[in-house]
Amino acid sequence: MKIVACVKQVPDTEAEVKWDIPGGVLKRDGMDSVTNPFDEFAVEEALLTQENYDGDIIAITMGPEKAADVLRNCLALKVNEVYQCSDAAFAGSDTFSTASVLAAAIKKIGDVDLVFCGKQSTDGNTGVVGALLASILGYSQLTFVSKIRSVDGAGKKIVVERAIEGGTEVVEAKLPAVVSVIKGINEPRLPNLMGIRKAAKMDIPKWSAADLGVDASKVGAAGSCSKVVEIAVPPPRGAGEMLKGEIEDIANTLTDKLIDLKVIK
Amino acid sequence: MANDVWVYIEHKDGAVTPMSFELLGIGKTLADGLGSSVCAFVIGEGVDNIAKDAGSYGAAKVVALDAGVFKGFRADAYSKAAAFLLDKYKPEIALFRATSQGTDVAAGTAAQLNFGLCTDTIDLAVDGGKLKMTRAAFGGNYMVSVVNEKAKPQIVTVRPKAFAMPAQDASKAAEVTKETFTVDEANLNTKVLEFIKSAVAINLVEADIIVSGGRGLGSAEGFALLKDLAEVIGGGVGASRAAVDSGWITQEQQVGQTGKTVKPKIYIACGISGAIQHLAGMRTSDCIVAINKDPDAPIFKAATIGIVGDYKAVVPKLIEKFKGKLGK
Repeated sequence: MKIVACVKQVPDTEAEVKWDIPGGVLKRDGMDSVTNPFDEFAVEEALLTQENYDGDIIAITMGPEKAADVLRNCLALKVNEVYQCSDAAFAGSDTFSTASVLAAAIKKIGDVDLVFCGKQSTDGNTGVVGALLASILGYSQLTFVSKIRSVDGAGKKIVVERAIEGGTEVVEAKLPAVVSVIKGINEPRLPNLMGIRKAAKMDIPKWSAADLGVDASKVGAAGSCSKVVEIAVPPPRGAGEMLKGEIEDIANTLTDKLIDLKVIK
Repeated sequence: MANDVWVYIEHKDGAVTPMSFELLGIGKTLADGLGSSVCAFVIGEGVDNIAKDAGSYGAAKVVALDAGVFKGFRADAYSKAAAFLLDKYKPEIALFRATSQGTDVAAGTAAQLNFGLCTDTIDLAVDGGKLKMTRAAFGGNYMVSVVNEKAKPQIVTVRPKAFAMPAQDASKAAEVTKETFTVDEANLNTKVLEFIKSAVAINLVEADIIVSGGRGLGSAEGFALLKDLAEVIGGGVGASRAAVDSGWITQEQQVGQTGKTVKPKIYIACGISGAIQHLAGMRTSDCIVAINKDPDAPIFKAATIGIVGDYKAVVPKLIEKFKGKLGK
């Protein structure tokens, strides 16, 4: 089997975010960056699938020069190959452009059986790249996956559990499939020192728009439908009230206040 | 009409809740701004009653697509059906709830038709004839507003509870148009084998009251106390990542950046320090009550009402008072 894991570099949640306000895009340079936490589950699930069944894992990302770091992490975890989709034309891509570029990379890899993605990124939070990829490629669309029950590479079938509102849906799907995973599906492993050292010296192959056969005018800021018109910080919550005194009085006051909201029946 | 606002009505195997019709309220507001009508569309098998209900929640028109192949929800089947309808009628805007189903259909449809897609919006407004869509990025630390300047219709998913529920008026009815469209089973990729109902009764995303616990609870037993409080006041039980990672409570109940984003009217945080990742998932709650032993815990900066104290002492007292005052 050929297994693709899609990973994204995101700003560290604790890091200060810098915006290029007129451009409406992130200044990704000079920010502390990490692998999107949800993508760590995707890479781990690819590794587990390889261990439980068979296959080669190819990790891909789209992003500027420094995004190579997330692929180096994947190499340290011993994935078989990595490719970085990197081109000035990709800057400012919206979700559809991003999915188009990744889809082109997956087509270039060829004969892919399974694509793993994280449920969403922690920066853009759009949560649709996996579903868009499936639709663009015509693969089975399996989102919110909390467990892989079985993979049948020869019979081209997969059975997964999806954590949706109100319960768990068990779905059988044809391969190839795009599987976007949620937190809790596994415990991502950490690379060992030897893996990190080896990965540090490896070459990260890059694919440009031309390499991927992507029309540069249809991706990036030029190809994206939406334009950012405003970036704002949400208004801070007003200063709260601290209840002090004896616990009896505090409990009395709090329960009165909450009952007054007329939400509790 | 070409500039109508369409609202996707989601259901599970024919079952709806009032929340299924939630977006007809904002849909009507946007349609008024555009000088057009709000139209509900529903895909499924035997959906006549849903079509009728949509009228009572304010839809001016309803388009229903009824066929056996749409009996249960499947992303590929429903996306093909939605793409057929939106391509045929070409409305200005199509709204979907940002649930698992709404997101799956919205993305599948947008990809097929190359429409503009904006997900998980928290505010929508028509400004100078253009739709301005606002969404939270970076776990709610930034609000980014975008307009679509190219592909129409604009497909939008809307965070549950971002807008007020429309009132239901049984005397209102909408004109229902039935469309025929079907998909050949052989062309579909997925088959649902079974649905296992969750043991957690309350969906936190739709809950009005949530009692949540964090690392400060110290053990799984702490959640039993929170559950008692939640039961008395009719709420759901949530948790911070620390509590979930400690194995005290299920992943399904995690609130925050890698869990659920919730917007209850009352959020009671017990033993939660208030890390930025947790705040990302609950900061828009109407009233936040924080109970924590540490007076310097960051949660107090986000709280409407704060109590410095041990939840083990405070929560039983709250249960006692609520029971007395609510006559339970």
